[in-house]
Amino acid sequence: MSGKGMNLTLQIWRQKDANDKGKMVDYKVTDISEHMSFLEMMDVLNEQLVNSGEEPVAFDHDCREGICGMCSMYINGEAHGPDRGITTCQLHMRMFNDGDTITIEPFRAAAFPVIKDLVVDRMAFERIQQAGGFISVNTSGNTQDANSLPISKHAADEAMDAATCIGCGACVATCKNSSAMLFVGAKVSQYALLPQGQVEAADRVKNMVAQMDLEGFGNCTNTGACEIECPKGISLDNIARMNREFMAANIKG
Amino acid sequence: MTLDSKVPEGPIKDKWTSYKDKINLVNPANKRHIDVIVVGTGLAGGSAAATLAELGYNVKAFAYQDSPRRAHSIAAQGGINAAKNYQGDGDSTYRLFYDTVKGGDYRSREANVYRLAEVSSNIIDQCVAQGVPFARDYGGLLDNRSFGGVLVSRTFYAKGQTGQQLLLGAYSAMNRQIARGKIEMFNRHEMLDVVIVDGKARGIIARNLITGEIERHSAHAVVVGSGGYGNVYFLSTNAMGSNATASWKIHKKGAFFANPCYTQIHPTCIPRSGDYQSKLTLMSESLRNDGRIWVPKNMEDVLAIREGRKKPTDLSEDERDYYLERRYPAFGNLVPRDVASRAAKERCDAGYGVNQTGEAVYLDFASAFERYGKEQAKIHNIKNPSKEKIIELGQAIVEAKYGNLFQMYEKIVDQNPYETPMMIYPAVHYTMGGVWVDYNLMTTIPGCYCIGEANFSDHGANRLGASALMQGLADGYFVLPYTIGDYLADDIRTGKIPTDTKEFDEAEKEVVDRINFFVNNKGTKSVDYFHKKLGKVMWDKAGMSRNAQGLTEAMAEIKAIREEFWKDVSVPGEANEMNPELEKAGRVADFLELGELFAKDALVRAESCGGHFREESAELDGPQKGEAKRNDKDFAFVSAWEYKGEPADAVLHKEELEFKDIELKQRSYK
Repeated sequence: MSGKGMNLTLQIWRQKDANDKGKMVDYKVTDISEHMSFLEMMDVLNEQLVNSGEEPVAFDHDCREGICGMCSMYINGEAHGPDRGITTCQLHMRMFNDGDTITIEPFRAAAFPVIKDLVVDRMAFERIQQAGGFISVNTSGNTQDANSLPISKHAADEAMDAATCIGCGACVATCKNSSAMLFVGAKVSQYALLPQGQVEAADRVKNMVAQMDLEGFGNCTNTGACEIECPKGISLDNIARMNREFMAANIKG
Repeated sequence: MTLDSKVPEGPIKDKWTSYKDKINLVNPANKRHIDVIVVGTGLAGGSAAATLAELGYNVKAFAYQDSPRRAHSIAAQGGINAAKNYQGDGDSTYRLFYDTVKGGDYRSREANVYRLAEVSSNIIDQCVAQGVPFARDYGGLLDNRSFGGVLVSRTFYAKGQTGQQLLLGAYSAMNRQIARGKIEMFNRHEMLDVVIVDGKARGIIARNLITGEIERHSAHAVVVGSGGYGNVYFLSTNAMGSNATASWKIHKKGAFFANPCYTQIHPTCIPRSGDYQSKLTLMSESLRNDGRIWVPKNMEDVLAIREGRKKPTDLSEDERDYYLERRYPAFGNLVPRDVASRAAKERCDAGYGVNQTGEAVYLDFASAFERYGKEQAKIHNIKNPSKEKIIELGQAIVEAKYGNLFQMYEKIVDQNPYETPMMIYPAVHYTMGGVWVDYNLMTTIPGCYCIGEANFSDHGANRLGASALMQGLADGYFVLPYTIGDYLADDIRTGKIPTDTKEFDEAEKEVVDRINFFVNNKGTKSVDYFHKKLGKVMWDKAGMSRNAQGLTEAMAEIKAIREEFWKDVSVPGEANEMNPELEKAGRVADFLELGELFAKDALVRAESCGGHFREESAELDGPQKGEAKRNDKDFAFVSAWEYKGEPADAVLHKEELEFKDIELKQRSYK
């Protein structure tokens, strides 16, 4: 239990819908416990707004344990706020001090248009996955026995590290070029590292990269901000692997 | 109406195979003319949508999130069971079947559970073929771990993120079909009613959560895989948006709702810290392999700890009460979830809870640090290691096994669990009850199916660890795609179902009227106010232990909250825009009905079984004194409730449970 309750000023992006221009609006919240999560603090604000008949702030959230990838705020100029290796829902108010002013904006990128307030449209990520983020195998119940295809522990672990991506979009939001290379690199890598994924590897990387470009994401200039802000610690190696796969696929034709 | 479970005749091990051989099929050319709606895209709905589309049906899939990959299946940590017997430790289909029926305290349907065990191996094969990166050993083969009180290692896993990887696998299969146009994906859509035409489920009414538009969608069959109703308690480990609306809507249109009182309260969750709490976080059951659970023996120490005068590490071994080891010497800290949860409650109710709220016990890894540390010192040939060195070595091993969980704990609680024991308390996690389905997974509405956690069939009164993922994928990949064909075979000449009919008009009107009511009500209290109030009644009177008086009170109190809700709820904003408060209002309105039926079901079931503990039905003496007492003579049935308006008026139908292949026994963990 907290002894001190914080009083905070929140500067929040309000935008009625995709066509609205939007603006920053100031709100006050009082007696915020340091043990609250950031989203629980937002709940307090919204309860306050509802009780005074105002429209609460719309924000995406769901699992509140850092795995669904739904929450997506840009807090004090950082995707998922100040703290590392976490999503906004895992951010706690102990990271802030009494009297602080906190700015809260949506993830900003041309490919992530705002739907309302802090909610953005990340369907571009889904379309990239539909362009090739799968292995073409039907459900039959008599595919070969799982152990008939040994996969080195190293490859399996590396594929798993890539596959932990939660598709939140922090990499895009934090990148000065709004590049989606870390996300696409992770998705390409998971399959490129596994023998099951080899058969379609060349088409997969070409199609996914083409869709990525079509969606209007920027290019990678090796700044590395994405890796730092990624809540799951997805490594830049995945971008290198994707580039290698992409080159190889194009050379082979 | 009499319930017909449609379980095929014949020996249990042949039922599914011979049934599949004889059911009707739809030829590939005809499948192109048949539409199927799938509501919910977690493991069950996602795998069903993908498989039905592969088969050639036209699938329309609905998710309230912006992508199927965000469904709450993604949060499952531990693993998925399958009777592969890769470890050669004596596992078999029968053993998985037996463990699941026994774990469910003999309240599940034998034939369904056997089929689940039977297809479990196919799931692992399918997932590997899809590229799910399961953990492997150095030989390149799949690794297994042991889970929740069974005697074999049959749990496959992908670090602590098994649910995530399985869901991404199912979603990748969906993506392939979305790209082909065989699945039409409706993200950010919520089903608000089912449409019945000539007695058959023929479509749904859905709301576009971005624009607020009300849409009509028709199909030849409707599949609901929308998860459990744990959020009826307000606080649970479910996602914030997890809701019972799809299940409840089909219930109100004729689908019986089975065993609503069977709820799993998971013993190892992070305790609540204040009234602002929005949800609870689970710490994986795997921690109980190495952690020991205790509270202080003496009340003075409890008070000293709460007041900050003492730290848990100040207490010597004989000042601690390792109550699970004391009460259940055979299973110790690895008793099943329901037993561990009740034991924690018992200590905390007696006043021994170790935090400010009095609702927390310790989960302590100190002896694991020492045990592993000593082993490591031997392995590395360190002579006479200091105590600090041993702890350091041991902590490294614990970190390798559970590092991500320790980090998660520290982020939330702001205490370092390597230095001080974790504090844990039980929380609502999973609901075994749900929509009643027959062997085909069809509800009592023809053409309306229910799969995954949303149905009731496989886990009885208590679910074993790593079985939820298994059931979701079994239903979606390997059961429903067969059984639905048998029904749709009659629809090959039906043609497209029109949506400009009076049935759709009426269903849409009902939905629109309700939405308009909410946005125009201008009450004084928020949706959350009512949800929290409902949650408190549920937790206090229909939580870990229940009695007739409390349940009777709960029914009356929930009814009163519901009446107040409809008078005084405030929903700001408009109907024709993105409006999260409006979404919540609809869901809470349904929880306010479901909660009362839940209490009624718990009241009628005057026995203790699995997660349902009735104080009146406990062993009074002998070695099992105080333990749950099941009553097979009077209660070996499924309670299937028929909707009749007020939840209190629901009519009970009984499906008697027959156990031909397993002998009914009292569970003992002493």
